[in-house]
Amino acid sequence: MTIDSRSNTRTAWFFVLPAVIIMFVACLYPVLSAVRLGFYDWSMGTPWAQAKWSGWDSFEIVFTDPAMWRSLWTTLEFAAISVSAEMFLGIALALALEGHIRGMAFFRTLFILPMMVAPIAVGLTWRYLFDAQFGLVNAVLAVFDIAAKGWLADETLAFAAIIVSDIWQWTPFVFIMVIAGLAGVDSTVLEAARIDGARWWTITRRVKLPMIAHVLAITLVMRLIDAFRVLEVIYVLTFGGPGDSTEVLSMHIYKTAFIGQKLGAASAISVLLLVVVMFLTWLALLMSNPLADGENGQ
Amino acid sequence: MNERSLLAVRYLALTALAILCVGPILVMILTSFKTQAQTFTTGLTFFFVPTLENYRDVIFDSSFGRYLVNSLIVGIVATLLTLLLGCMAAYGLARFSFAGRRAVAYATLMLRTVPLAVIAVPVFMIWSDWRLTNSLGGLILLYVAVNLPFTIWLLYGFVLQVPVELEEAAAIDGCRPWKVFLRIILPLIRPGLAAAAIFTFRIAWNEFILALVLTDRSTRTLPVAASLFVTDIGVEWGKLMALASLIALPPLVFTFLAARQVISGLTAGAVKG
Repeated sequence: MTIDSRSNTRTAWFFVLPAVIIMFVACLYPVLSAVRLGFYDWSMGTPWAQAKWSGWDSFEIVFTDPAMWRSLWTTLEFAAISVSAEMFLGIALALALEGHIRGMAFFRTLFILPMMVAPIAVGLTWRYLFDAQFGLVNAVLAVFDIAAKGWLADETLAFAAIIVSDIWQWTPFVFIMVIAGLAGVDSTVLEAARIDGARWWTITRRVKLPMIAHVLAITLVMRLIDAFRVLEVIYVLTFGGPGDSTEVLSMHIYKTAFIGQKLGAASAISVLLLVVVMFLTWLALLMSNPLADGENGQ
Repeated sequence: MNERSLLAVRYLALTALAILCVGPILVMILTSFKTQAQTFTTGLTFFFVPTLENYRDVIFDSSFGRYLVNSLIVGIVATLLTLLLGCMAAYGLARFSFAGRRAVAYATLMLRTVPLAVIAVPVFMIWSDWRLTNSLGGLILLYVAVNLPFTIWLLYGFVLQVPVELEEAAAIDGCRPWKVFLRIILPLIRPGLAAAAIFTFRIAWNEFILALVLTDRSTRTLPVAASLFVTDIGVEWGKLMALASLIALPPLVFTFLAARQVISGLTAGAVKG
């Protein structure tokens, strides 16, 4: 129900227009420009007037470039491994530790800290932790008699390192979401199941998880979106290396544009990344649309 | 297992998790108080004579003051502007039906997840064209634009929870819409504004890829300065960690002050309440 069903368009636009203008000029317009740039041959620093229409050339070059496919594969691998680990750990921990317990609020505050720390600080800290000579990771492994490793110098280990840092930063997000979801589960249903003699695992699998399936699905998609957009921590931790072992799509776009100076190609890859992320966002909206018509009494 | 030992196990598990979460942050802070030689010792040492040398070196560096002021200006102005425009738009979308509402609503939602790497090139190009590069204003404009979608989306939920009857009563008393907005809506969505402020400030204060592309020597923000340090890595860990700790500090403080709002922002949309 809106306050003014006579659709007071002028008043509405008074409130909405300033934000719309800013978002259009400084967000939507750049996104559309990224798509358009993919069709032009243009190098940074030269006037835009000198740009030449190149049709689908950039897309053809990009889609036949093995580096792009390796980067796409790296991104998919990164997203699949880190997000499934985060989901598994986050859900398991939330199920084990949910419920009213004194001091839970304090623990939750500590858990969200990794998400709030600047990516530059996260990247630097993990670089120090993974240092081959004096890093804490090797020191901990030494306790278990595992030989020191040159984490960031080895392709496979560097990939593991970016996954570890992502799991550290984002498992708490899944945990918080699942805890919040579980808090909304009707306790009488659980009580009824318990009286029927159902065991903890049965209640969890048959009652709790289905009841928070919606929250789980949205959490999964939100994590996937972020995993596909990841850039800053990797920029600091490995800068895509060694070789191109940790060069996720965002990193590949950045390097293609600002180091390779190939703007058309960078934009073509941008379009690919944009399509993937927009598809996931659309999926998220299908499941939960916060701006769905308020007048339908949400 | 009896109830008491079960409780003890839960506390133990929670504590272990907390250590895992806070551990790396602690390492960062501890390292920032170590001398050059101490940062090169293997493993973790908790007991050492702390030194303020790194902080002294970082803070009294000739450009630190300028970068700090830049970061503060960008963070604060971008946050205030985003909140102002965001709560107005959220109110407009939540309480009025008008031509174009659906288009605005959906565009806002889709823009929320645009990867920053995608807009880095066009933004650099467009900002150069408009002479906005190397200016704090250009960076602020960008941060407001990329933060507005989430802010609108978050505050929309808070506006919806305000009983319409309150506004109707005020309207009957002759209040104009913007007065209703200022007197009734704004005070009631304060928790939402706090959450939105923290999330916007977090991006504007922390972000460094776009800032790296859009700023120069005089307009650089702190994270950009830190990212440029990375090339000297392996040499000055203490100084780097001191700078990283200083950058990490404000968002961490806000999180402690308003943990509930942060969690409401994180779970908004997926979880009711």
